[in-house]
Amino acid sequence: MTVKTLTVNGQAVTAREDETLLDVCRDHDVPLPTLCHLDGLGDVGACRLCVVEVKGSRKLLAACVTRAEEGMEVTTTSERLQRYRRQIVELLFAERNHVCAICTANGACELQKVAQAVGMDSVRFEYQHPMTAMDVSHPRFILDQGRCILCTRCVRVCDEIEGAHTWDLAGRGVHTRVITDLAQPWGKAESCTSCGKCVNVCPTGALFEKSTAATGMEKRRDFLTYIRNAREKKQWIR
Amino acid sequence: MTGDELRQIAENETARRRRCKHRVGVCMAAGCQSLGAERVKAALESEAQSAGRGSEVEVHGTGCLGLCHAGTMVSVESASPDGTPARKLYERVDALGAAELVSHLVAGGPEPADRRVPADSPFLAKQTRIVLSGSGEIDPERIESCIASGAYSALERALSEMTPAEVIQEITASGLRGRGGGGYPTGLKWATVAKAAGARKYVICNGDEGDPGAFMDRSVLEGDPHRVLEGMALAAYAVGATSGYIYVRAEYPLAVKRLRTAIQEAEKLHLLGNRIFDSAFDFRIDVRIGAGAFVCGEETALIASVEGKRGAPRPRPPYPAASGLWGMPTLINNVETYANVPAVLTRGASWFSSIGTQKSKGTKVFALAGKIRNTGLIEVPMGITLREIVFDVGGGIPGGKKFKAAQTGGPSGGCIPAHLLDLPVDYDSLLSVGTMMGSGGLIVIDETSCMVDVARFFMEFCRDESCGKCVPCRTGTVQMHRILERITRGEGRPEDLTRLEELAELMGATSLCGLGQGAPSPVLSTMRWFRDEYEAHVKEGRCPAGSCTMKAPAVARPAGREVRA
Repeated sequence: MTVKTLTVNGQAVTAREDETLLDVCRDHDVPLPTLCHLDGLGDVGACRLCVVEVKGSRKLLAACVTRAEEGMEVTTTSERLQRYRRQIVELLFAERNHVCAICTANGACELQKVAQAVGMDSVRFEYQHPMTAMDVSHPRFILDQGRCILCTRCVRVCDEIEGAHTWDLAGRGVHTRVITDLAQPWGKAESCTSCGKCVNVCPTGALFEKSTAATGMEKRRDFLTYIRNAREKKQWIR
Repeated sequence: MTGDELRQIAENETARRRRCKHRVGVCMAAGCQSLGAERVKAALESEAQSAGRGSEVEVHGTGCLGLCHAGTMVSVESASPDGTPARKLYERVDALGAAELVSHLVAGGPEPADRRVPADSPFLAKQTRIVLSGSGEIDPERIESCIASGAYSALERALSEMTPAEVIQEITASGLRGRGGGGYPTGLKWATVAKAAGARKYVICNGDEGDPGAFMDRSVLEGDPHRVLEGMALAAYAVGATSGYIYVRAEYPLAVKRLRTAIQEAEKLHLLGNRIFDSAFDFRIDVRIGAGAFVCGEETALIASVEGKRGAPRPRPPYPAASGLWGMPTLINNVETYANVPAVLTRGASWFSSIGTQKSKGTKVFALAGKIRNTGLIEVPMGITLREIVFDVGGGIPGGKKFKAAQTGGPSGGCIPAHLLDLPVDYDSLLSVGTMMGSGGLIVIDETSCMVDVARFFMEFCRDESCGKCVPCRTGTVQMHRILERITRGEGRPEDLTRLEELAELMGATSLCGLGQGAPSPVLSTMRWFRDEYEAHVKEGRCPAGSCTMKAPAVARPAGREVRA
């Protein structure tokens, strides 16, 4: 196996073949906020929180979809990167109806954690307060579009891991919504196996179990490691 | 099909043309069609028939003749004593004009001089037509007509005399750059795809022209589809691809129809398909129709759409040249880029590179729109000044109004103010003033338009066309649009300009694809050249151009300051 050497924030680090810059940062305890990325799912580079500067590249690169290359000089902590990350989180909070006080994910929410990590103390952008719908038609789960950040983890886990592809996106721009089947109510989506993987990978309170609607929600994601080990390493153990 | 057979078709067609004294080409592009070109064509035919001279006059449909505002355009090619046909151009031809024209041509009646476009008019004199050279001469719905004008001869020569590497060499030497907007060197792109390893390779033609006010690709596809097909076939030969796709937006039904006819006719003559010109080269082209998303003009989104997926971009690298359609090396170029290729190979790289400037070779097709007299389609050499485009070719601003700015590059571009009218129009000069060449939409803005409102319009467009995948573009466009809209309503706040700049920087730096990265450009560009207009809106509550309906201030402003509602 070839090992690559590069620097992150001036520190010399090594990367294995095929590792992304995000993997490298995680391996070496360099904090990098992410929302759309989840270990075990394919990456889409959509939330743009993990953008980094790479010397020689005119553009910022999303660490989750950029392969580590020999000799790269990566910066993750510049003033502007930190400013951009805070702005992106602010934009997310302003986009839909994120009211932590009444959210089932309060305390276990990744958006909340990322906001703390990037030092967001207020939202300077105008709140959009869109009229968003809730889908309570599924017997066990609820979708609250008002808390969705369109990270598409649900879409990917359903397609890549469960193989059902119940979830998809409809509409575009700010009107983009996650949908089940062809925009049928979730309870009527025949392809849904009710496995609950989407609920467990959702970073916010957009997808939650009915019983936890009023209490703190815990998301269980060990199944992703288990399935990935089983598929890639043929280790059929928990 | 052999080279001799191709030349035979051309000769037969030329001989057929010679039998007619006059060849009358009626513009059948979308603009003239909407003005009744079909009726004009029928009138010309029946007038010639009823004069008993039907055999002397051939009436055919042809591609865009440029002066779209003065349709229906008609081009008349008459045999002259020395054998070279003389071409005359007529504008505003209606049924009456058709009768006058036919009577002039066959019965010696007076020429409808008021409809004649003088040959020395700057509109014609300052143009150099390469991509549009067939418009007026050929009938895009008849392959023989295109072959007589040279279609597929470059492909024949390349297949029989040149190696793929030599084709790429010729394109590289010509200095041709991508006409879709970015201006990436075409030869370099081809060489990259040629070198890439893959079980199959694909060639894609990007015809998802979506910039407001742009209709260059549409006119090329409608007026000379074989030129684009031949360009694609040459590209496929050069890079080693065996199949290709033309992605055309559904809003261009005529272009789709003509392309399909053209592909069918080319396949029938074995100019596309298996063993083209009896060589080992196979190449097939399919048409794919867009579903109305502007973002599908972005190459990775376009590829996703061809694959039948949601048209959303993905991060690059890998670039399509390495991993494109179905994970295979893919060459993707714009319509106009491919349309330049046959001419480059026929007339040579040195001829092509003699046109234009140091770094921008050849010509550029522009769609003139907005406050300009000659609304229409033009092809000018690179390096021509904006002043020449607007005031000579474009005929200036109607109604005696003053030129304020020209917007190029569509919603990812910017504006060029009046003091830069003498700027040469090429890739690098435009970039240096904060805009870009773009695909060729050129919207002229006069003094009656408000630049904040222009910026608001483009931001609204980007907001509606954002695919919604990445956060900065999806929500940044909404925030910027809200602020701009507020300013044009007269409710701007002092911090709004800083907020706009802040969002513009964020979106430009962090958005996933060109749509989001370019969306702030019109705002930054109008703020750069017309900051006083923004300030007048925000600080004084007035719109200098008088086009925004400003809300009356709720609180009386300090005495002594002029307030105009």
